[in-house]
Amino acid sequence: MNNCERPRIRPSRSGRLGRTHPPKDLTRNPDSKLAARIAQCKAEGRPALVGYLPAGYPTVEESVEAAVALGQNGADIIEIGIPYSDPVMDGTVIQNATTQALANGVRVADAFTVVQAVSERTDAVPVVMTYWNPVLQTGVDEFSRRLRDAGGAGMITPDLIPDEAADWFEASQKYGLDRIFLVAPSTTRERMDMTVKASSGFVYAVSIMGVTGARDQVSSAAEDVVARAREAGAENVCVGLGVSNRGHVEEIGAYADGVIVGTALVRAWARAVPRPSAA
Amino acid sequence: MFLKREDLNHTGSHKINNVLGQALLAQRMGKKRLIAETGAGQHGVATATAAALFGMECCIYMGEEDTRRQALNVARMRLLGAEVVPVSHGSATLKDAINEALRDWVASVDTTHYLLGTAAGPHPFPAMVRYFHEQIGEEAREQILEKAGRLPDAVTACVGGGSNAIGIFHGFLDDAEVELYGNEAGGDGVDTGRHAATITLGRPGVLHGAKTFLMQDTDGQTIESHSISAGLDYPAVGPEHSHLHAIGRVKYEAITDTQAMESFKLLSRTEGIIPAIESSHALAGARELAARWVKDLGPEAAEEKIIVVSLSGRGDKDVATAAEWFDMLPEDSHEEQVGQKGEQL
Repeated sequence: MNNCERPRIRPSRSGRLGRTHPPKDLTRNPDSKLAARIAQCKAEGRPALVGYLPAGYPTVEESVEAAVALGQNGADIIEIGIPYSDPVMDGTVIQNATTQALANGVRVADAFTVVQAVSERTDAVPVVMTYWNPVLQTGVDEFSRRLRDAGGAGMITPDLIPDEAADWFEASQKYGLDRIFLVAPSTTRERMDMTVKASSGFVYAVSIMGVTGARDQVSSAAEDVVARAREAGAENVCVGLGVSNRGHVEEIGAYADGVIVGTALVRAWARAVPRPSAA
Repeated sequence: MFLKREDLNHTGSHKINNVLGQALLAQRMGKKRLIAETGAGQHGVATATAAALFGMECCIYMGEEDTRRQALNVARMRLLGAEVVPVSHGSATLKDAINEALRDWVASVDTTHYLLGTAAGPHPFPAMVRYFHEQIGEEAREQILEKAGRLPDAVTACVGGGSNAIGIFHGFLDDAEVELYGNEAGGDGVDTGRHAATITLGRPGVLHGAKTFLMQDTDGQTIESHSISAGLDYPAVGPEHSHLHAIGRVKYEAITDTQAMESFKLLSRTEGIIPAIESSHALAGARELAARWVKDLGPEAAEEKIIVVSLSGRGDKDVATAAEWFDMLPEDSHEEQVGQKGEQL
């Protein structure tokens, strides 16, 4: 056996990440439905309203109707969340909803059903929001193809860093999908540059260091994150986490291109859903 | 068979190596607060101990189910000044305690260090935790050369997340003649669906920021693991173990609850050492290996072989589980039947 071909027994001592920077030829997605919708909102002099609902909560059928109702009543973009067993970015309201959806038997493929309904029955632009393992297990190419076929515009990936996203770069370009990565108040300048370059459609700016959940006030850190993302070259920046009411939406809308509402919607929907076990 | 006695460490296991290392690092970074997850409570106790020593705030996340079963360890952590937060989300076990600690950390990173207890999770934890445990392997190698005048034929260690195993293996990785064995928790048996044999039966996926072998369904949802040993009851494994499995340097084998408990009893009776149930998996792995050598090479050749076993922790915490398992309690003391994961005090 040639010495050079031997697998390395020890990982590198420094243990640094591979740092696969976004490839130089990575395109911003010329056919971006998200960019087109946000441009339209800008022309109307308002921020885009981005709403989140989990697929399969409380059942697949009811989640379809909820998402369609959201799309028919003012949401510009709808994030369809894929329930996952270990949702580390989510606070208790969304955890409770997705845990119940899983208990009721929701499958990853059901998200495509909801996306398709939003795409066919409303004017809103559907994207999925998912932790990475369900995508990986479906197959990154297969998942992307099915998302495209269902009319989805892209994917928000809270636990995927651009350093590890080579397969997603390839599939997103192949199927014309947008890559929405997250930036936060703690994001360094170097990583802000890299994440903005890796993203298309919009960049998801996390308003506060924390998990999803309605809060009384919008963190003042949000405006700074948006400004830094723009400096790094982001065309569109949408702000999420803690957005609970109209006042918050107007406040954020003054400096961001879109406002993301998740927990407040899920909480409202949970109040309307008869649940076997009270939260 | 030689035992690497990590059970003699303060707080009862190898865990303190990593805890002290990371706590010093946290101090150096100016952090005032330590948070950690714990399953059996051993890592939580070690973290609470370091926090007490360094005068730091401490918060331990623990599955609600485990806080009931590990009532004495909860009390130990509280005595040491730590806050213990029961986690009732999801499956209310170790992986959910990790989820909750990560949620805390994203909100508190300015003041807080997440002192992850095993060589798993996001970079740089697998490399950092291994680094703090490498002394186990360095010492074991030096000591066996001194005692036996040669390297061992094999090393066995239990693998949950795999911190003691990665530590001892690193002392011998470059010694090609030393066979390395990682013993995973086989629970009721790997064909029963109730086990934590992640490498034996899992497939690659992403959990807690690492790509590694996982117990998961076809959709990528994490499947709950089962083991009599709370410390091995984790549905993933440190990514470096996945690597060592993939390149064939380490063999990973599952040990059932029954095999582990037999070895637990045997070591107690023959050496007067009550081992942790986790470490009993490594003892059982060594016995399996010895039996294979006797069968394949004959008793005389097998007699010449040397195995180093990583005795990662002591079994004081496991006495109640063992008493239930072997039915050693008086009739009227059975206040509660042993749960699926054992009653570990």
